[in-house]
Amino acid sequence: MADELSWRDLEVGNIVLEAGNASFRRTGDWRSERPIMDKEKCNKCGLCWLYCPDAAMKLLDDGYYEPELFYCKGCGICARVCPREAITMIEEEEK
Amino acid sequence: MSKRVALEASFATAEAARMADVDVVAAYPITPQTHVPERLAEMVANGELKAAYIPVESEHSAMSACLGAAAVGARTFTATAGQGLELMHEVVYVASSMRYPVVMAICNRALSAPLSVWCDHSDAMAVRDTGWIQVFCQNNQEAFDMTLWAFRVGEDPKVLFPVMIHFDGFTLSHVTEPMILPEQSEVDTFLPKFQYPFALNPDKPMTHGAFGLPEIYSETKIAQEVAFRKSKDVAIQGFKEFGDIFGRYYHLVESYRTEDAKTLLLTMGSFTETAKIVIDRKRDNGEMVGLVSLRLWRPFPFEEFRQAVKNAETLIVFDRCISSGGPGGPVSSEVRAALYDEKEKPRVVSFIGGLGGRDMSLSDFEYVIERGNEIAEKGSEELFETVGVRGKVTGIRG
Repeated sequence: MADELSWRDLEVGNIVLEAGNASFRRTGDWRSERPIMDKEKCNKCGLCWLYCPDAAMKLLDDGYYEPELFYCKGCGICARVCPREAITMIEEEEK
Repeated sequence: MSKRVALEASFATAEAARMADVDVVAAYPITPQTHVPERLAEMVANGELKAAYIPVESEHSAMSACLGAAAVGARTFTATAGQGLELMHEVVYVASSMRYPVVMAICNRALSAPLSVWCDHSDAMAVRDTGWIQVFCQNNQEAFDMTLWAFRVGEDPKVLFPVMIHFDGFTLSHVTEPMILPEQSEVDTFLPKFQYPFALNPDKPMTHGAFGLPEIYSETKIAQEVAFRKSKDVAIQGFKEFGDIFGRYYHLVESYRTEDAKTLLLTMGSFTETAKIVIDRKRDNGEMVGLVSLRLWRPFPFEEFRQAVKNAETLIVFDRCISSGGPGGPVSSEVRAALYDEKEKPRVVSFIGGLGGRDMSLSDFEYVIERGNEIAEKGSEELFETVGVRGKVTGIRG
């Protein structure tokens, strides 16, 4: 999106007048590792959801969590804080 | 009725900020600027000025607090000098890039080391690329007038850039001079209420200061640069409106007895008044000399400057700052650059003096003009010459 803006299109001081438009930005392509959730081990405590610095952990209807890979930067904090070791980080290249 | 009073430039500037009805003052005291925040703190404490006075722990914090205040649309004022401006440096850039029209008085001071609280223009020149409008004052009346003008121009919706008012430390900041204070009603006519179009407001959420990825940074800086250069038009308009209301007309480049002058001396700040006396003496003596003074330093008034010097044969530029290892003083190198592509141009001769509070007497300026004419005729081995330095200076080569 930003690629198409000319300097004339920018707001004064590069102010962003639209609230919350960071949600349009794909940060998932920064990722080199992604979290894999193991439902067998997960007890739905929600610590991964709480600690995710990008609010990329989504609460599902059944009470489990899953990363939104459009935003997830692969930092691995969720895997580190999970008390049940239910989250594993794997290389993006791995299936 | 306006009234004639006696004030030092520090108090004059504080008075201008009070009459401009500033909303927020955030400042940290430093010699020779101390009287500015002191007086403003006193005004707030006495109820003479309804403003938030934020006592901060450093100049870096002072400017940071000013950004926050300006972001919500407050008319914001601060002041500093020398080392304080250096400590503030990082945030100085942010103010202009985020287009917050903070107004800041600078009591020009030399930079350490050696530690010096006295005047030169090193602090002003070190921030010439920060994107602030910079204006120089010759006397205390101008320190008052430029402060009002700074709010008028900086806050104009077509501008939205911060403004520095430079007046020389001690020479003006601490010297009492007669000057005229206007009526509050005149100030109110000149200076409308500040209405910042992008004021932060929870009802209209927006983002100030988002980071700039490589695909947007260049566009942002160019947009800023084009707008900054355009601010010169509003600067001129501001001087016109100021003159129409207060009766004192200012120009981006001030010319003094320049008609038919073969030699022009260029000065900035308080020494300009000293130099004018020398010009008067020489004119009375039949010598064709005149003086030009840059009032606006940023954005550089190229067109007005070229117009002011185009008929001269020699232009002697007097700098109060060394651009270390560079082509001369900052003013002389910019003046040379401004003239480089002109077909007809005066020969530029560069002098540096008045560093760290060293005085420049009438005879010193007489020497500058006489030696400057000699260099213009015969040349010099040095890139620039110095005034008042003990011992013959050699080794200033390219």
